[in-house]
Amino acid sequence: MFPSRFRYEAPTSIEEAIALLGANEDAKVLAGGQSLIPMMKLRFANPALLVDINNIPDMGYHRADADGSFRIGALCRHADLEKSTILREHQPLLAAAAPLVADPIVRTRGTFVGSVCHADPQGDWAACMVALGGSVIAQGPNGKRAVEVKDFVSGPFTTVLARDEIAIEGVVPKAQGTRTGGYLKLERRVGDFATAAVAVSLDMSGGVVKNAGIGLVGVGSQTINASEAAAALIGSSLDDEAVDRAAELAAEASNPRGDHRGSADYKRHIVSTFVTRIIANVQRSEMQVA
Amino acid sequence: MTSLFEELQPAAAAEVQTTRVDIKINGEYKAAQIEPRLLLAHLIRNGFRLTGTHTGCDTTNCGACTVLMDGAPVKSCTVFAVQANGHEVTTVEGLATASELHPIQEGFKDEHGLQCGFCTPGMMLSAKALLDENLNPTEDEVRWALSGNLCRCTGYQNIVKAVLWAAAKMRGDVPADEAATADDSPGGEA
Ligand SMILES: Cc1cc2nc3c(=O)[nH]c(=O)nc-3n(C[C@H](O)[C@H](O)[C@H](O)COP(=O)(O)OP(=O)(O)OC[C@H]3O[C@@H](n4cnc5c(N)ncnc54)[C@H](O)[C@@H]3O)c2cc1C
Ligand code: FES
Ligand code: FES
Repeated sequence: MFPSRFRYEAPTSIEEAIALLGANEDAKVLAGGQSLIPMMKLRFANPALLVDINNIPDMGYHRADADGSFRIGALCRHADLEKSTILREHQPLLAAAAPLVADPIVRTRGTFVGSVCHADPQGDWAACMVALGGSVIAQGPNGKRAVEVKDFVSGPFTTVLARDEIAIEGVVPKAQGTRTGGYLKLERRVGDFATAAVAVSLDMSGGVVKNAGIGLVGVGSQTINASEAAAALIGSSLDDEAVDRAAELAAEASNPRGDHRGSADYKRHIVSTFVTRIIANVQRSEMQVA
Repeated sequence: MTSLFEELQPAAAAEVQTTRVDIKINGEYKAAQIEPRLLLAHLIRNGFRLTGTHTGCDTTNCGACTVLMDGAPVKSCTVFAVQANGHEVTTVEGLATASELHPIQEGFKDEHGLQCGFCTPGMMLSAKALLDENLNPTEDEVRWALSGNLCRCTGYQNIVKAVLWAAAKMRGDVPADEAATADDSPGGEA
């Protein structure tokens, strides 16, 4: 299999890449290519021009900034995050998800930002970013804008990016206290997309939840922001009542379809179980630290 | 210079974009004039005639087409050949020297890490990427590192053993079962 014909450009600056996108009606950004190339081979996608951003320097970073935010550049690969110690130190939710995205070979090329841009309802990173209240920085001919990931993903495989905009980085906001959380993913075999997965982020201070977010994967036609479930945790000390309520609301927020990976009821059940389990894991590890 | 698919396709029309790529493959510099939609797997197999790299699924799932690009394993059916321009590629042909198998190859031989052999080149390159970073992997780490490579024959057990064998050999330890064989041999106890 090979894709239909396209023109290929590999600019060495963002500005050049944006100009190419602007000047061509039917152009696409090529990042890790681990979603786009398979789709082009199947001819689900037939762009006339590919703008390969892999030769643009200084975009492979991920770092904790002095202002408390955490930034992930457009060419930071899944594997970079999987191996990262600063990620483990600052972003426990992202660190928990990193080894569960695809398989080790796909992870050496696939990018964090590309995954968010791909907006697959089964994508792991978009759900994590929704839970963390994270944003994407989009750059176009008129400059940059920040879009929260919950608003960035506008539907299955669709984002609000304009034709001539490139997502240059993902930004996770500063924690309100100590950040904890976790990611659980049920897959049929290692490296598969999720049957269902849950991302929970908790910012804690003095044993009380200051901020919380819950993102759901594979249980709807797009990434789900279970904001009511998260709200049930805020202000609580993660007592059983609050946790049970959050688990119930998360299952209600999900809208799964039965398929070869499992029935709708089964997936809904996984969602509530995972919310409870992630929080129990967080509490257990805090007890060990204390 | 290899012109790809020259015997299969009439000369490309003038308006079709072709690009020259220079790739260091198994230590040797090679160049090709190619269409951008050509996949790295096809350049390696049909252009450079290195048929040790296999294509199994052609849908980014099986890992049979795994090669190393700048030391990192990639599925060559899911990288465009133009993207390898200026990069270093290692295929299974790059493992052995003229006179000696690579320890990973020896391991697969010694531990019966293959049956039909279709998955083997990809397995060995994923194993190489692991051992280049960690010469002391646990069994779990080996299984994890190979989890992007599918095998329909072996049940994986002997593949994992083969990689652990290679790790021991590369560390300079005598691989466990080689010691065992020595003990079993006549005179081994003397
Ligand atoms: C076998 C297999 C298993 C997988 N399993 C999982 C899994 O379990 N979980 C999961 O989350 N993902 C999985 N994936 C997908 C993988 O994570 C991809 O890497 C990811 O979805 C896309 O990232 P990419 O960098 O490869 O993007 P590409 O494939 O290069 O691009 C994807 C899309 O995003 C656009 N795009 C990319 N980067 C930008 C940018 N900076 N600005 C604007 N647009 C951009 C492209 O134009 C394209 O439309 C799997 C893929 C494979 C092949
Ligand atoms: S042939 Fe490339 S992954 Fe199967
Ligand atoms: S040995 Fe036959 S597929 Fe692995």
